[in-house]
Amino acid sequence: MTPKEQGFLEDVQAGGQVETTDWMPEDYRAKLIKFIEMHGNSELMGVLPEREWILRAPTLQRKLALTAKVQDEVGHSQLIYRVVEDLGKPREQCFDDLISGKSKFHNVFHYPTKTWGDVGVIAWLVDAAAIISQKALLKCSYAPYARIMKKICWEESFHILHGRDVILTMMNGTDEQRELVQEALNRWWGPLMQFHGNPIPREDDPMYVWRIKSQGNEEARQQFLDGYVPQIWELGLTVPDPKLRKRDDEGVWEYTEPDWDELKHVVTGHGPKTADRLDLRRRARENSAWVRSVVLADAA
Amino acid sequence: MIYEVFRQERKGQPFQHAGSIEAPDDHFADVYAREQYGRRGESAALWIVPRAAVLEIDEFVDELDRNYHRVDGYSLKAKLKEARERAGTAAAAPDS
Repeated sequence: MTPKEQGFLEDVQAGGQVETTDWMPEDYRAKLIKFIEMHGNSELMGVLPEREWILRAPTLQRKLALTAKVQDEVGHSQLIYRVVEDLGKPREQCFDDLISGKSKFHNVFHYPTKTWGDVGVIAWLVDAAAIISQKALLKCSYAPYARIMKKICWEESFHILHGRDVILTMMNGTDEQRELVQEALNRWWGPLMQFHGNPIPREDDPMYVWRIKSQGNEEARQQFLDGYVPQIWELGLTVPDPKLRKRDDEGVWEYTEPDWDELKHVVTGHGPKTADRLDLRRRARENSAWVRSVVLADAA
Repeated sequence: MIYEVFRQERKGQPFQHAGSIEAPDDHFADVYAREQYGRRGESAALWIVPRAAVLEIDEFVDELDRNYHRVDGYSLKAKLKEARERAGTAAAAPDS
């Protein structure tokens, strides 16, 4: 590392923030692009499991709420790809790399949604896990990304309410509805525990070293467990992990080791719905190509 | 074209940078900015500015270290103490 790069590193570690036009080390730029692009991909791919339920939503109110949430998430991906573009990677290149499987998206968006219970668990707990990571990005060393996170976190706060409302409605319903929620929780618990990544010390995580993230993976997972396990338990739901408990002495949650092999397998493009969803994404892009060409031709 | 978006949360407050959008012309920029930053009534007003029109200044050199036009150019404590002693009011004076 050159003295200039070292000085930059010390500055971001002391809380300094960087703007688009500032000088930055190439390694920092590359890490930013990788991290932010994956976030954009996840927002875009994350709407597909929910989109599947717009036509099957149980009431008109739920259909409208779900449609609005899908619109919000796609809007987030647009803001995020804009930040990636300013760092030097064009949006079209991001789409190419997503569809070809070269770039990644979050593990939770590679799984099927079997029932309306899954839609509730995704909107409540998957969004809760995501908002913990996203709130930590409000302090990102790259200021343009930190600024758009304000809007994104604000919109995610309604999504959690929407999800919790879906779950509470079902838990106040019939035995069959309650069963659907428990089954969905059982399906999603594994991926939720993998969501924040393996518990490497934050000092060994390059994304933390450059202060792109402001917390370690295990810190985020502990925060998730602390915030949401009591909310799950109070509804009479069972978390499918017999080892899960909070140690009284240190306030740390113990749990069964998440399946890190599954995480790796899924995010490298081998999840149960990876191929279907990427194919849908590819077809959507092809089908909307004429709109882009008309808009751009008209402006030219 | 890239546009920078500044939003004002309530009337009377400063406009703050919110993010940027890419749009083929001003009309689309208007539509996209409304969608991204005004859809839920969260903004009182938006400024949408072509990035190329923004003049940026980020260096402020003060070769002469002109502290006389800043508060740190005036440390009065010692002088005030001396003046109070000369006036014989030091005992009655407050701390500053």
